[in-house]
Amino acid sequence: MTALRALLLRDMRIAVRIGGGAMMAVLFFLVVVVVTPFALGPDMALLQRVGPAILWIGALLASLLALDRLFAADYEDGSLDLILMGRLPLEFAAATKALAHWLTTGLPLVLVTPVLGLFLNLEPAATGAVMLTLLVGTPALTFIGLIGSSLATALRRGGLLLPVLVVPLTVPVLIFGVAASNAAIVGPVPFGTPFTLLCAFTLMSLVVGPFAAAAALRHGLE
Amino acid sequence: MGISKRVEPPIGALKLWMDYAEPFGHIRYEKPGRDRLMELIGRDLVCVRGGREVFSGLGFRVCAGEALVLNGPNGAGKTSLLRMIAGLLRPAAGRIELAGGEAELGVAEQAHYLGHQDALKPSLTVRENLQFWARYLGGSDEALASALTAVGLEELADLPAGYLSAGQRRRLSLARLLAVPRRLWLLDEPTAALDLAAQERLTALMREHLGGRGIIIVATHGPLGLDTAQNLRLGAVRGPDLAGAAQ
Repeated sequence: MTALRALLLRDMRIAVRIGGGAMMAVLFFLVVVVVTPFALGPDMALLQRVGPAILWIGALLASLLALDRLFAADYEDGSLDLILMGRLPLEFAAATKALAHWLTTGLPLVLVTPVLGLFLNLEPAATGAVMLTLLVGTPALTFIGLIGSSLATALRRGGLLLPVLVVPLTVPVLIFGVAASNAAIVGPVPFGTPFTLLCAFTLMSLVVGPFAAAAALRHGLE
Repeated sequence: MGISKRVEPPIGALKLWMDYAEPFGHIRYEKPGRDRLMELIGRDLVCVRGGREVFSGLGFRVCAGEALVLNGPNGAGKTSLLRMIAGLLRPAAGRIELAGGEAELGVAEQAHYLGHQDALKPSLTVRENLQFWARYLGGSDEALASALTAVGLEELADLPAGYLSAGQRRRLSLARLLAVPRRLWLLDEPTAALDLAAQERLTALMREHLGGRGIIIVATHGPLGLDTAQNLRLGAVRGPDLAGAAQ
């Protein structure tokens, strides 16, 4: 437990300090959402309709942004070697790193959503629905991204490989996240159906992500 | 020994499985005997990197309190051998055995690896960096202050590691070995970037570790000042101790 907590605290500290990824993701999210109304024009009804989708796309891209460095930074400075030599199973270490990433990237995105909802003319109920789906859905983005991040590190291909690998896998999360948000706002599908599926994807990624990431790292780092 | 020897409780099926199935590949686990010395043995190791055979038929045997110095030209496989022992690189053939260590732990979990990279985060302070590794690798917080003093970094403890010089970074990663007690030290060019005073301090620390029945395997080009060290020469010419252990 000490080792898990130490790793979690270290990754969160690095993320919130200068040069870390936490603020970058939130700022990126802000930029995407703020720019959209300018591109779409001043059509309030249209903004309201596409609002949840824009928030979700922004959150997806913002989560991907810092994921690239999740293992690559540790690989480059030799920390990953020592993490492998610890007594903690690599699966736990990978899950802990993903949790730290979500706490510093995913959670802030959820928290700034009400502010960004104003830019998109979303009603309070709609903002609440988007927040709830993001709260449930962003862990899935992080843990799916964890697989891509470990593969990119193991194959020593940064940058481009990650979005190409990860985005297709996150499409179901995006579909059900936006569907649940829209169901809460306009119907006619009940909110529960897509939301339950979204929860299922998240739970699945929580299980599969760390194991796949650990397998990729073990296999690749030789 | 003899009839008075205490019989270890049998672990039965698990022990059998560990002995014969070798579930963890090249690293073999052995139960510790209370009267048995720790011993690290490599047998017939073959290293292939990028399709090229770096070394083959390599063997060594190091007992507690001994140092093994790896010499050889660049590319002879010194780092590869250290990484192999640390479990970071799988040998193409052969195996590494650790006798007399802690039973449940593999070689990697009882070893410190000091590689070319310092494994430090520039945005964390000196103390935070060391504290993280101490906690992650299973050490205690009490040893931190004395470890920092031992490498002469106690006055810089609250400085972000990004401001350290190369030699200071090296000393900080050496502090890791002192903050977490592990008996096997795998050091790759530990004197790189260190000044003369720090090199002497390192030699003293290594002597101290050997005095505490530790094992040190060190790859180096320069003299280390260890008088009782075995030499293992990698590369085209093989030393007699190596040929003996390999057969």
